[in-house]
Amino acid sequence: LAVGGDPQLPPLPGQARVVICGGGIVGTSVAYHLAKLGWTDVVLLEQGRLGAGTTRLCAGILSMAKPISIESQMASYSSSLYQQLEEETGIKTGYVKTGSLCLAQNQDRFISLKRLATRLKVLGISCNIIKPKEIAKLHPLVNIHDLVGALHLPEDAVVSSPDVNHALAVAAARQGVQILEQTAIQQVVVEKGHVTAVETDRGSIECDYFVNCAGQWAYELGQASEVKVSVPLHGCEHFYLLTKPLQEMLSPNTPVIIDMDGRMYARPWQGGLLSGGLEKNPKPIFTEGRNQLEVQNMQEDWDHFEPMLSALLRRMPNLEAAEIHQLVNCPESFTPDMRCLMGETPGVSGYYVLAGMNSSGLAFAGGAGKYLAEWMTYGYPTANVWALDIKRFGNLQSSRTFLRHRVMEVMPLLYELKVPRWDFQTGRQLRTSPLYDRLDTQGARWMEKHGFERPKYFVPPGKDLLSLDQSKTFYKPDWFDIVGAEVKCCKEAVCVIDMSSFTKFELTSTGDQALELLQYLCANDLDVPVGHIVHTGMLNERGGYENDCSVVRISKNSFFIISPTDQQVHCWSWIKKHMPSDPHLHLEDVSWKYTALNLIGPRAMDVLAELSYVSMTPEHFPSMFCKEMSVGYANGIRVMSMTHTGEPGFMLYIPIEYALHVYNEVMSVGQKYGIRNAGYYALRSLRIEKFFAFWGQDLDTFTTPLECGREFRVKFDKDTNFLGREALLQQRQEGVFRRFVMLVLEDHDTELDLWPWWGEPVYRSGQLAGTTTSSAYSYTLERHVCLGFVSPPPGPEGLPTPITPDFINRGDYEVDIAGQRYPAKAKLYPFSSLFTQQKRRKEDMELSNFQGK
Amino acid sequence: SSALRSYNLTPPQVNSILKANEYSFKIPEFDGKNVSSVMGFESNQLPANAPIEDRRSAATCLQTRGMLLGVFDGHAGCACAQALSERLFYYIAVSLLPHDTLCELEAAVEAGRAQSPILQWHKHPNDYFSREAQSLYFNSLRTYWQELIDLTRLIITLYQVGDSNAYLHYWVLRVAFSGATACVAHIDGHDLYIANAGDARAVLGVQEEDGSFSAHTLSNDHSAQNEEEVARIRSEHPHSERKTVIRQDRLLGLLMPFRAFGDVKFKWSIELQKRVLESGPDQLHDNEHTKFIPPNYHTPPYLTAEPEITHHRLRPQDRFLVIGSDGLWETLHRQEVIRVVGEYLTGVHQRQPLKVGGYKVTLGQMQGLLEERKARTSSAFEDQNAATHLMRHAVGNNEFGTVDHERLSKMLSLPEELARMYRDDITIIIAQFNPHVIGAQRHDKS
Repeated sequence: LAVGGDPQLPPLPGQARVVICGGGIVGTSVAYHLAKLGWTDVVLLEQGRLGAGTTRLCAGILSMAKPISIESQMASYSSSLYQQLEEETGIKTGYVKTGSLCLAQNQDRFISLKRLATRLKVLGISCNIIKPKEIAKLHPLVNIHDLVGALHLPEDAVVSSPDVNHALAVAAARQGVQILEQTAIQQVVVEKGHVTAVETDRGSIECDYFVNCAGQWAYELGQASEVKVSVPLHGCEHFYLLTKPLQEMLSPNTPVIIDMDGRMYARPWQGGLLSGGLEKNPKPIFTEGRNQLEVQNMQEDWDHFEPMLSALLRRMPNLEAAEIHQLVNCPESFTPDMRCLMGETPGVSGYYVLAGMNSSGLAFAGGAGKYLAEWMTYGYPTANVWALDIKRFGNLQSSRTFLRHRVMEVMPLLYELKVPRWDFQTGRQLRTSPLYDRLDTQGARWMEKHGFERPKYFVPPGKDLLSLDQSKTFYKPDWFDIVGAEVKCCKEAVCVIDMSSFTKFELTSTGDQALELLQYLCANDLDVPVGHIVHTGMLNERGGYENDCSVVRISKNSFFIISPTDQQVHCWSWIKKHMPSDPHLHLEDVSWKYTALNLIGPRAMDVLAELSYVSMTPEHFPSMFCKEMSVGYANGIRVMSMTHTGEPGFMLYIPIEYALHVYNEVMSVGQKYGIRNAGYYALRSLRIEKFFAFWGQDLDTFTTPLECGREFRVKFDKDTNFLGREALLQQRQEGVFRRFVMLVLEDHDTELDLWPWWGEPVYRSGQLAGTTTSSAYSYTLERHVCLGFVSPPPGPEGLPTPITPDFINRGDYEVDIAGQRYPAKAKLYPFSSLFTQQKRRKEDMELSNFQGK
Repeated sequence: SSALRSYNLTPPQVNSILKANEYSFKIPEFDGKNVSSVMGFESNQLPANAPIEDRRSAATCLQTRGMLLGVFDGHAGCACAQALSERLFYYIAVSLLPHDTLCELEAAVEAGRAQSPILQWHKHPNDYFSREAQSLYFNSLRTYWQELIDLTRLIITLYQVGDSNAYLHYWVLRVAFSGATACVAHIDGHDLYIANAGDARAVLGVQEEDGSFSAHTLSNDHSAQNEEEVARIRSEHPHSERKTVIRQDRLLGLLMPFRAFGDVKFKWSIELQKRVLESGPDQLHDNEHTKFIPPNYHTPPYLTAEPEITHHRLRPQDRFLVIGSDGLWETLHRQEVIRVVGEYLTGVHQRQPLKVGGYKVTLGQMQGLLEERKARTSSAFEDQNAATHLMRHAVGNNEFGTVDHERLSKMLSLPEELARMYRDDITIIIAQFNPHVIGAQRHDKS
């Protein structure tokens, strides 16, 4: 043999369409689904033996009770896949439908389970909220005395994950996937931004696609390509206990217990019990990277397991007499935001990742493998996976120190009770505005987006800061009055909000190239006079929003593009992907160069006029314009007559070295107009009551402008081709099947009732019609406002029905918050707007337009 | 014991008692590097007598190199221990000075010029310093160095200075009639000297290759448990006194330590004792203790303050030194002392990881075992001072080697008159070595 190694091993092919790295359940699932979708030339490489890593030791619980809907969907698909796998392959998978019980030890946990139940029902996953007495009927060992209730998912199951892994591999191999064990990838070769080959310890394979499913080692593998790929995950040790068969053997279909308040889980295992947990003080491992052999040698740590053992015995006191079989240490990989990493990497085309399963690898592998295979086949998966898209992260989340600290927070957080608008505590203050310290000393409370610190609200002097930070509730939060005061100030005087976190790009060219590119990428017309601002979506071929941004024509051939904060990586790669390689066309990320201040409120123009000696009235500075002007001593400030909330005001894009000066000037001149700082919570309330949709919350890659009432931002009348045009034209013909609406809650007591958040089911005349995407309390309406999508029930043949204004206006709507339904009024336009009349006419027209044709 | 139960202290109360006398000193770093072989020391005291009869001292030699650490355990009052704690280090430091420096010192005093200080003390605010006696002490010290200038004497002589001649002064007589043992360490680079007289003890904490700690005792106790001491004392007196010189493990049936400072009742002739008492101040007459002559007192002196000196060359695995009064060593075995301190300082608890192996263990048994192990480690986090942590163990350890809060609380809440029946004064000094410096020095030499 030319290359060393085991002579028993089959020879390495020199070439393949796809190379998958990792023979765990994730990698084999990707191979399986690629084969199902017709890929024939797929090679899967495993450095050791198939399923020898985390998969081998996995606790084998397949639960669909996941915190976000896309995860539950994946688990639900995995469940049906694993269920039929034995039939398909003839390999026993150990699948037993046990059902599962998520226990609540307190009212808040019970509320969160009820919220989860409403969400699962929307997905068609069967589940019931049950009383402690019923828990006792379902499980012989559970002590129910300290329980409030539970969520029962009868379809949940246990399964042997190495066997599923094996079955997937066998099924994939039958369809032509080549599986090679004991072959370690050393490097991924990249040429001109595209994957071309992988180099292994047994030679190299040329390929067009590479999929990194290396689990624990995915980070290191990412670093081992010519162009480094950031796969932000980090391992932690994870322990579970196996008992010997109990005196009275536990039936194999005893439900799985998930006691998140006790930080433990338990499932039946060979007449005994398997029980582990997600502890408060996890043990991170492999920070410096190791080889796979380490996994085999993981040590048990009984002292570390003590809290979990105590929690188990508290939950099942009769287990005291059960005998120990083994304590298993199974390392798991965790990501910075508890969600897995999926999709094509931003820097290298053809390089896909599926890793970072946050201890739910078995439950996700089926669904995630399917979505990734679809992604590679069609260019996009069949569901909105933005929450899992690896492009939500960039290099800035790649620091080993950051990952180590963050996963130590993430692992316990998976079981922690999460109330609306919780924030991560570790890995903070990474990216900050130059005004951070100034704002912090004025009482700013911070939240983080894409590593950037943004003010939530400002605690007025004299308020008890500590208790505010600790208040956690599903009901009215403590900051209610603080935000209320900020909103009032935005409406009546003027507020300043630091919005520096926004993604800012500059696209320039020598000739028309920049305009041509943007005309193709953007739905709205950008051939506007210099100084104009255009709100536009960047759509995909299906007409869905890949991005929603504001573009300013700075000069004839240069454009300033402002996108949401978390678009930094995604939007960059979207533009790059469609950008011709032309040396005269240049895209630059200038996010860090500008501090953005939003002056909101009727007196904003007075403040600016005083600082610039230029009249800022609408006659002199009409809406949606941008001018470079001086503010205070600083020159070259980009002043834009727009806000992101629909209130009158200006955005100031300030070169960072002037930021403090401009802020100080604004604050000092603003004194007499009653200026104050405001935060994102005030902004949220303002934009939601104004019915402003935000990308990432309300808009996604499956939402078209027609569905959210933004047809007026599409250049249909122009004869210019743009991405998504065909799909939109077709939708205009066929009508839309869902519509973005505003739901104003009625009969909802802000003081006493649970607050809506997002993801609440919407019912129309008793029938499920959609879900909410965001919500806020409107201080103007003195009511809660939810934004969301509704659609009519399918027609007689199961075909979708086009939505009509009547459907929206004539229905009795209800929003379901944790099982209780609150009547709501559905609206297609906001109550109060600067240009209410004008807009209403326009929007009514739009709606009738797309219905009529 | 029912009366004792009502004295239960809360954990914060226990902590405030344990921490009242804690002291720590870190050798300052230069350029981010600690160039001294000692990183610093931590010390603490817990009284059983009222007032406490133990004393501690720590100082850096300013004109020579090295650091001095000492524990002094007084008996029959604290006067002798007090005097030692203030004076002994000066004599040691002066005896280490080169001849030229001594001459300069003498010249400076003669001319009334300011002298550069010899010692930098590291003192807890509760460490008493007797102002009244300073000039007396100074004159005596000056006499000593004058003698040194004339003829270089052995360091041993200074241990007899405490008994010297200014006996008319009441202050000094109180010192002379009380007694104290002493255990002093001088650490300079990789040279560690221990001078010991009595039953205080210095033990080295050595870290083995597997990370565990073992005890290496550097001093010998001078007590009835030490056969060589028993033989020495018997050999110094006629055969007729063979049975009386050590009775019930005590010198003349009275004194526990076989070497000590002061205690002139075991050193002076009966005539001298009487003469001094007659010419001395009235207060002495009223003291029954001073008038009492030990039984079978035929061939004084029976007691010596001559120290036993040991030298140890520090190695990289030598991690720390514990000097403690006998109050510590009689409650905890030296190996346990070294383990507790070693685990505290390294933050690693060298417990064997639990393995179930082939044994039958139930979940309930395992839980009980783990809870006990947890309790053992959790006490480590309450203390910022190794000496305090060791004291917590010394006073509160139960039969499982774990700190038992209830026991700790009872022991600390004992009323003054009862405390001495359950425990002795405890004084602890723990010096931590800098393995990098020690390793580097050895490396240079090779």
